[in-house]
Amino acid sequence: MKAARQSISIVRRGEAVKIDAFSPTETLLDYLRLREAAIGTKEGCAEGDCGACTVALGRPDGRGGVDYRPVNACIHLLGMADGAEVVTIEDLAAGGMLHPIQQAFVDHHASQCGFCTPGFVMALFALYHRKEDGPVDRETVNDAIAGNLCRCTGYKPIVAAAVEACAGEADDGFGGPVAAAALSDIADPEPLHQGDERRFFASPATIDELAALYRLHPDATLIAGATDVGLWITKQLRPIEKVIHVGRVAGLAEVEETDEAITIGAAATYREAEAALARIDPDIGEVLRRLGSAQVRAAGTIGGNIANGSPIGDTPPLLIALGAELKLRRGAETRTIALEQFFIDYGKQDRLPGEFVEFVRVPKPGADTRIRAYKISKRFDQDISALLAAFAFRLENGRIASARIAFGGMAGTPKRARQAEAAVVGLDLNDRRRWDAALDALAQDFTPLSDHRASAAYRLRVARGLLNKALIEIAGTPSSRTRLVGVRQGRDGRAGA
Amino acid sequence: MTSAGSDGAAVGNGQTYRTIRRPITHDSAEKHVQGAAHYVDDVPEPAGTLHVAVGGAPVAAGRIRALGLDAVRAAPGVVAVVTAADIPGHNEISPAGADDERLLADSDIAFHGQPVFLVVATSRDAARRSVGLATFDIEETEPLVDVVQAAAVGSRVMDDFDIVRGDPEAALKAAPRQLSGTFEIGGQEHFYLEGQAALATPLEDGDMHVLTSTQHPSEVQKIIAEVLDRPLNAVTAEVRRMGGAFGGKESQASQWAALAALAAQVTKRPCKLRLDRDDDMVMTGKRHDFAAEWRVGFDDHGQLNALSTDYLARCGHSIDLSIGVVDRALFHADNAYYFKDIAALSKRLKTNTVSNTAFRGFGGPQGILATEQVIDQVAHALSMDPIDVRLRNVYTGEDQTTHYGMRVFDNIAPDVLEHTIAVSDYRRRREAVGRFNTDNAILRKGIAITPVKFGISFTKTDLNQAGALVHVYSDGSVHLNHGGTEMGQGLFVKVAQVVAEVFGIDLEHVKITATTTGKVPNTGPTAASAGTDLNAMAARAAAEQIRRRLAEFAGDLYEAAPEDVSFRDNQVFVANKTISFADLAADACRGRVSLSSTGFYKTPKIHWDREKVRGRPFYYFAYGAACSEVTLDTMTGEMRVDRVDIVHDVGKSLNPAIDIGQIEGGFVQGMGWLTTEELVWDARGRLMTHAPSTYKIPTASDVPADFNVHLFENINREEAVYGSKAVGEPPLMLAISVFSAIFDAVASLAAPSSKIHLNAPATPESVLKAISEISELAA
Repeated sequence: MKAARQSISIVRRGEAVKIDAFSPTETLLDYLRLREAAIGTKEGCAEGDCGACTVALGRPDGRGGVDYRPVNACIHLLGMADGAEVVTIEDLAAGGMLHPIQQAFVDHHASQCGFCTPGFVMALFALYHRKEDGPVDRETVNDAIAGNLCRCTGYKPIVAAAVEACAGEADDGFGGPVAAAALSDIADPEPLHQGDERRFFASPATIDELAALYRLHPDATLIAGATDVGLWITKQLRPIEKVIHVGRVAGLAEVEETDEAITIGAAATYREAEAALARIDPDIGEVLRRLGSAQVRAAGTIGGNIANGSPIGDTPPLLIALGAELKLRRGAETRTIALEQFFIDYGKQDRLPGEFVEFVRVPKPGADTRIRAYKISKRFDQDISALLAAFAFRLENGRIASARIAFGGMAGTPKRARQAEAAVVGLDLNDRRRWDAALDALAQDFTPLSDHRASAAYRLRVARGLLNKALIEIAGTPSSRTRLVGVRQGRDGRAGA
Repeated sequence: MTSAGSDGAAVGNGQTYRTIRRPITHDSAEKHVQGAAHYVDDVPEPAGTLHVAVGGAPVAAGRIRALGLDAVRAAPGVVAVVTAADIPGHNEISPAGADDERLLADSDIAFHGQPVFLVVATSRDAARRSVGLATFDIEETEPLVDVVQAAAVGSRVMDDFDIVRGDPEAALKAAPRQLSGTFEIGGQEHFYLEGQAALATPLEDGDMHVLTSTQHPSEVQKIIAEVLDRPLNAVTAEVRRMGGAFGGKESQASQWAALAALAAQVTKRPCKLRLDRDDDMVMTGKRHDFAAEWRVGFDDHGQLNALSTDYLARCGHSIDLSIGVVDRALFHADNAYYFKDIAALSKRLKTNTVSNTAFRGFGGPQGILATEQVIDQVAHALSMDPIDVRLRNVYTGEDQTTHYGMRVFDNIAPDVLEHTIAVSDYRRRREAVGRFNTDNAILRKGIAITPVKFGISFTKTDLNQAGALVHVYSDGSVHLNHGGTEMGQGLFVKVAQVVAEVFGIDLEHVKITATTTGKVPNTGPTAASAGTDLNAMAARAAAEQIRRRLAEFAGDLYEAAPEDVSFRDNQVFVANKTISFADLAADACRGRVSLSSTGFYKTPKIHWDREKVRGRPFYYFAYGAACSEVTLDTMTGEMRVDRVDIVHDVGKSLNPAIDIGQIEGGFVQGMGWLTTEELVWDARGRLMTHAPSTYKIPTASDVPADFNVHLFENINREEAVYGSKAVGEPPLMLAISVFSAIFDAVASLAAPSSKIHLNAPATPESVLKAISEISELAA
């Protein structure tokens, strides 16, 4: 291995800040509050669920500007911020003038106790600097602040303030050529290795370096967005000594789309993969819209969602239904397996010590395939699913010719419903009499658990309902008559169409 | 009532108000949006500050045989480990003086997570990490977790208490029709965004200064004094603002402040304790969950002849504030309806769970919800529109009395209901909902209007007092202090508006300062919606006292009668002369006039005899009503709120922007309580939903796009501050309309003879269960 950098650099208020010493698990929030005494950023939950700690991380957008993303500083490790501009609530007002978002909050009475306010303002700062086209309306704002909890206002004035402040082009002095230049000044493509061989935060620059380092330290904790590992640190207080961050590995964050498939690198965030996956089917986009929050999607990765092996991860059932494959690498060796084979049992995946996910390949379904996906949770936004159902039905002449059905939350792993798949094959979408047998088959596929999210009985009943709903929709009932959220815009397939 | 009858005289007859009645921004808004508003954890730490972490009991019930703390003591950064044995004074923190709550468990474990020991370390991280090194040798016993278990063995924190009028048993029997049921009402976590926190600094003479996030500084002071065995004058409790409280910092902030003070006493160094969110949710009390066992007698026209409801409340392991909370449920069993024969019964059950406590509404929401549920059941059984049952039974006129003997003297409930029907276009939308349900198989709509009548005053009469301290400095700037605490509700700006109005000066000249027991002593908690009613009156009295002295001084100076001196626009007008307020203040200082005054207020007319179960516990009532429309997914139980229209009575608003904020925020908080917020304990008494990842308060998208709030044109009939009414709690109960609308949608699937079991919160699972029971019955 070549000599690696020992320090990280960030941009703060236009100035490069070099940080020579930090713990592998030091959070960005602790850095801000304890080291900088920048106390405007709050800790509300220390698990990335309330958004009070939201800050914006700016990185070069590749077009001479800066792309600002909201992240939960409470579970974002300091080392991950290397090379970024860190914008916090204290930085927004300038020359005695409040930032437009801040001013709109004041004008609309959008703060009461004020503790959540800095996080909201920073989440909206990222929306203010969005690169996407299109108007900012109530829905856009709701999505941008789904990861920010307010217990006082009931949100109405916050949304009104946001719609007003984020309406036009960004004009606040952030993200211009000066900021981009400051970022390019600290850009350093070399690998990072802070610490020694026993205790370190490492950020390899190439996939070969990553493979070699992880082979050497199979006891290290791999992180991409740390949206889950962050909680091992802040909540479980696990003694993590070695952290390997995959976020700077060249090429690992790429999302490649061809006519046949979408290949998602393990370090690609939800946000980076969202658009391509949503093009497969709007239901996939809808699940991703509701997955976590803007903060979680800006940091968390599909690779991490898979590698973690959580039985309630939202993307594995989706990807299994689509027939995705996983490419794994260990040292110089690679192998490819069907995604569903990766999940062996609760907490157990088919991953060897020192082996990591390189990418997931998602084949695009043909024009004769209908996709449906449903996320069921107590709360629509930013909630972990009680269950998640994904259906891919290939149709021939108004009948189901083949099917892939996968569920999350119904077993110890994301799992295909083989009995139900077999039972739906041959079903006539225009003849509901035979559907019941297929619905009944789900009970043979799953023996779900009861927990604080839902009981086993509820899970089984809803799983049945969702298969029924998918069939009803594919048979031609518009989703406006079958759904409360995620109504499909003009994509309601007719049976056999 | 020093200021009785002075309304209007403050600025001269016919004068318009300058600062009150206006939608003035929260005093800290510009600081909030810049992250410049300090909460306890944001204040610069004194040199040498240590950090405290709390070790909680690993089981819900049992006896500690031995604690193994050697490894904790030896951990890096640990300075001290503190147990009950280190408490110099009383190991007792009950706000009720019930001697049933330990600061640190001694031998008996009352609930899972109960604080047992403290680690004091050089960093918060070191303190937290070392907690896990403790070992417990415990003789574990079987915990009582829920009301069913506790009721079965008669486990109570205190005696039963009932409010009964007439002969409900006879009236139930005589009624043409009867229904009965058991209705479960879930609890609620406060989820204030700023968790519990305190910073204790030891001073000379063994004094202790504590920055605390509490609604009740005087109680924090008292408990610390008792724990440290010091007189009250050795302890100062101070709070500038809280990052939300909602009742969760009324009694339950004391423990953390006292623990920080104990650690500071033991180590002789400043000590900060800020609970981790999960610990906060496990270790602090919540809204009481209830089971309501109800029986109702009624006729074919929806006339309710008799109601008997037994409220079974889970109080947790100790009394805490359960006397008042459950009493308030009983006081509100009538909600806005007249029942000639009514029994509101209660059992206050003791369980091995965290002690439940105050939460916005303080038992009122549970009392009202149970009765609204009964009305929905009656309407369903009669195939009547529920609004017609409500209108038939609502209090009429101003001479009817409640079941506890108080005349509903200011009744506007029928007007508020009619106004809500009108602004929501209810009758037309009721038909549209019916058509939607005919046309749709999977989705199902419901609509409902529910009223609120909420009694304003602490039912513990002695709490209805407040003090203030006002200084005018020689430059005319004003220093305002009072016993109320700011938790986001806008109390400070409202009180400052009143003081600015009295002096006729701009609000910017009134400096709002932190609440501290060193300036205003012996205060009650900021609670019961009464913060402004009490503290603004006290501050007004103080300001008027100073204004009188200034008027006399100016009158002497310019040879005019004091009553001819008027104050407005930062000026003082006297005998055709105009002098700036600042100049008059300077002159008055030189003229040896005291420009500092305390003010005091106690609510008149109220009295409550709990023994005789009679009296006037409330100074007045606040009213409101809401119309909510929802859509359900009958395949999943998911629910969306489509539209909400609120009509709410705040009297003459002191600040409409602040009041509307309370109404909207209270409604959404109540909606969360009744829909997505579910507390789950396992059979071992461990809370399973102890973080925002598992406990779901509403997010922005849960708020309906169509959400309209109207202030009802009204004035407080009683002498309150400028005719205003309390607003903190009542709007929370407007969200009961959401639950009723969900019930309405479920009921639309059922025959009138088919009973519906929908428990709160109406989570997707709760809704689907109610639906599936109907379809199973039909099958």
